[in-house]
Amino acid sequence: MALDIKDAEFETENDIRTMDAICVNESKLEHSPFHNIKYLIAGILFGIVMVKAEMISWFRIQEMFRLQSFHMYGIIGSAVAIGAISVWLIKKFNVKTIYGEPVVISPKKFNKGQIYGGLLFGFGWALTGACPGPLFAQIGAGATVVAISLLSAIAGTWVYGAFREKLPH
Amino acid sequence: MLAFLKDPWPWYVAGPLIGLTVPALLILGNKSFGISSSLRHICAACLPAKIPFFRYNWKKEVWNLFFVAGILIGGFLAVQFLSSPAPMEVHPALKEELSAYGISNYEFLVPVDLFNWENLLSLKGIFLTVVGGFLVGFGTRYAGGCTSGHSIMGLSNLQLPSLIATISFMIGGFIMANLILPYILSW
Repeated sequence: MALDIKDAEFETENDIRTMDAICVNESKLEHSPFHNIKYLIAGILFGIVMVKAEMISWFRIQEMFRLQSFHMYGIIGSAVAIGAISVWLIKKFNVKTIYGEPVVISPKKFNKGQIYGGLLFGFGWALTGACPGPLFAQIGAGATVVAISLLSAIAGTWVYGAFREKLPH
Repeated sequence: MLAFLKDPWPWYVAGPLIGLTVPALLILGNKSFGISSSLRHICAACLPAKIPFFRYNWKKEVWNLFFVAGILIGGFLAVQFLSSPAPMEVHPALKEELSAYGISNYEFLVPVDLFNWENLLSLKGIFLTVVGGFLVGFGTRYAGGCTSGHSIMGLSNLQLPSLIATISFMIGGFIMANLILPYILSW
């Protein structure tokens, strides 16, 4: 089950950093900050795709949750298909990173937070019409008031961190 | 070519491009794709407040902050240089439902009738913007990931917890959009 945060002092920094998280840096290498430019460029391309495919649209999200459009299902479905084939190929052929490191993807353990938190996030997703990625893209696209949603999302994350021990997992 | 880029992109173009983000980040530097953790890194960097959950070396994950900064810039570039002048095409049933709540502007991806600074002070605006945003931040971290981390990265790696999380996201969204949101929009 979930790592107990009361034991935090016995854990390594890595245990805390990877707690309740998927997107982690598995690299053991250290680079100058300049190397992060490639993630900035990847983000720019990702942001352009999200806007042009109208994935950041509140209307598209409402259509999805009313089963009025296949668009979002098609995007998520084909993204998972391509992602799964890619991960399978990376594992099968032991593909290395551009720095020569073996690719590592940590498995995730089940905890009840995935259900409780998942439902709460679903509520927020239908209200704002945005998951975390689109929040950033909407602000860039000119919906400046979404900056308030983003600040509120950061506050929500902070409150979760503050009360994590008291929540069922 | 440019006309094609300016029209809304179909799902079968966008979906595979989104999917390719997974191997791209793995091969660029062993990074598992995900976005919601950026919110946590901002907490860890700006206001850790001695909370154990935020006591880690966020600088190791600074790549994620570069990635979301890129998303913001990408959103700006797409609207500035690749935007289509046509209003959004929305399902007629949704248009009819929304017209009852005074929503008629389909010029922009984000409904201008709902998300604007004046509305922020109304009960409806507070729910859509502030409460909604809070639930996105709280819920994704409680679930250990968002649509990108669980639904794309996690499912691509065939993780059962990610499937459970994704189903929970969808159930929550269906409940809110169909059963609760109509009351909020009618305020």
